[in-house]
Amino acid sequence: MDFIAIFSIFVLACFVGYFVVWSVTPALHTPLMSVTNAISSVIIVGALIASAAAGSASSKWLGLAAVVMASVNIFGGFAVTARMLAMYKKKER
Amino acid sequence: MEFQSILSAAAGGHGAVNPWAAVAYLVSGILFILALRGLSSPATAQAGNRFGMAGMLIAVVTTLLTHAPATADGLLDTVGLVEILVAIGIGAVIGIVMARKIAMTAMPQLVAAFHSLVGLAAVAVAAAAYLNPQAFGIADAAGEIFTVSRIEMGLGIAIGAITFSGSVIAFLKLNGNMSGAPIMLPGRHVINLGTLAAIIGLVAYFTFDQSPWVFWTVTGLSFAIGFLLIIPIGGADMPVVVSMLNSYSGWAAAAMGFTLGNTAMIITGALVGSSGAILSYIMCRAMNRSFISVIAGGFGGDDAAAGAGGSKEQRPWKPGSAEDAAFLMSQAENVIIVPGYGMAVAQAQHALREMGDQLKKEGVNVKYAIHPVAGRMPGHMNVLLAEANVPYDEVFELEDINGEFAQCDVAFVIGANDVTNPAAKTDKTSPIYGMPVLDVEKAKTVLFVKRSMGGVGYAGVDNDVFYMDQTMMLLGDAKKMADDIVKALSGSGH
Repeated sequence: MDFIAIFSIFVLACFVGYFVVWSVTPALHTPLMSVTNAISSVIIVGALIASAAAGSASSKWLGLAAVVMASVNIFGGFAVTARMLAMYKKKER
Repeated sequence: MEFQSILSAAAGGHGAVNPWAAVAYLVSGILFILALRGLSSPATAQAGNRFGMAGMLIAVVTTLLTHAPATADGLLDTVGLVEILVAIGIGAVIGIVMARKIAMTAMPQLVAAFHSLVGLAAVAVAAAAYLNPQAFGIADAAGEIFTVSRIEMGLGIAIGAITFSGSVIAFLKLNGNMSGAPIMLPGRHVINLGTLAAIIGLVAYFTFDQSPWVFWTVTGLSFAIGFLLIIPIGGADMPVVVSMLNSYSGWAAAAMGFTLGNTAMIITGALVGSSGAILSYIMCRAMNRSFISVIAGGFGGDDAAAGAGGSKEQRPWKPGSAEDAAFLMSQAENVIIVPGYGMAVAQAQHALREMGDQLKKEGVNVKYAIHPVAGRMPGHMNVLLAEANVPYDEVFELEDINGEFAQCDVAFVIGANDVTNPAAKTDKTSPIYGMPVLDVEKAKTVLFVKRSMGGVGYAGVDNDVFYMDQTMMLLGDAKKMADDIVKALSGSGH
């Protein structure tokens, strides 16, 4: 994809992010941080490409290290968010 | 063989993109948007979290399929694949154990630790791309990296490194391994601005010269600036710092997304980047401080010197006991509880909820009022109250409940101070002037739980509420005080 196409997606996504985040209820700001943490670990895509590529051993090991770090974040981030969200309960009536 | 055709179609990063892979990444980006959208209400939040997991699964599986490790003759390299799966497995175990074990009061530290990992992963990916640019499709046959990719990569590694070292400092401060007090280096503004200018200059120079020294100097300077930026910021400003680092981790992911031409990474990076930026803005507004003044640092050590602000003449104040508090609240019609960071430190949330339950049994209407910057990260108090089983529809934000203090019989302040200080509304000379505060002084009675009369809040200012006629000071540990009130309430024979 050429740069302008990618850049357009980026700018539009910033606007989507702006509106979506303002609609998050303040009570859930901590889960918002932990879930954004988890999804920003989508950087694992780059780590997987590096780990699978032939041609440079150091690049591959850096990739594998990044896969471990990103997985900690993905699993930890989603798990801790789920744990927090499960605690939010309504009044029993 | 189909597998190989997928493999070859996806070989180019910027160039030939497998259309199915592109669609899959787009779907995962949309699922991430829905994950955040779910957080608009606690009722939909859990479903949102599952959308996020599905999005991540799609992104990972797509990448594994299109970029499977291959041997020299083009077949699947099983050893390589096992290595990758083991790496994911190690991360999964560590992550899940951390998520299960962490205490809710330690959530700010955990988030800071997670941010540091995103930053370091971004650095590792950018370095891997630099060392093997052909594998990422960002270089020509001679190994010359494309100009645009050099800028993206330079920005990616710089933001990643800043996120990492900044988050490590934030973690150490939040975890108490390092003093929360601001550490001020002489001439730090000059050093910081100089380092930032050097990083930007070198990233620009990187487009002409892709030699290793340029790349690694940018990396080293960025690690240093992340460290230098956060050490002068005090503990009380941590909500802004944590949000800001959240934002950086997003921009780092977006920069790497540009390098790889990957929509899922770009959408996510933009979402996380704006999320962190908006949270920083909300936190700054709630303290009436500019973002620049927070970054400049020097404000809000955990134990600001007593007497720093205002005269220290002895004014009369009224002490009270747990029994007095229990009696006053059981007679009340409406009670508003105002928790602050002190409640988190004392782990008083469970005792506080028991107190609320006892009062409700006596027919008292109990509500909780949360100031946006109470605690050490956005929404910190809400999570702790939810952990203690306080229903979320009894918990209100500042602007929704502030009008109700005038009609309430008792305002019960526990572990909060500056966020209740009326000087923010009236005293133009006060360092917290202009900060939105909870109007506890309008309540008929104020019960103020505090460790001692000596200490002041992080801003180092005295609070007039302590000395008002209708205020009763309950001195002691927050948890012990709440426990004693529960005992007094249940002993009152109803």
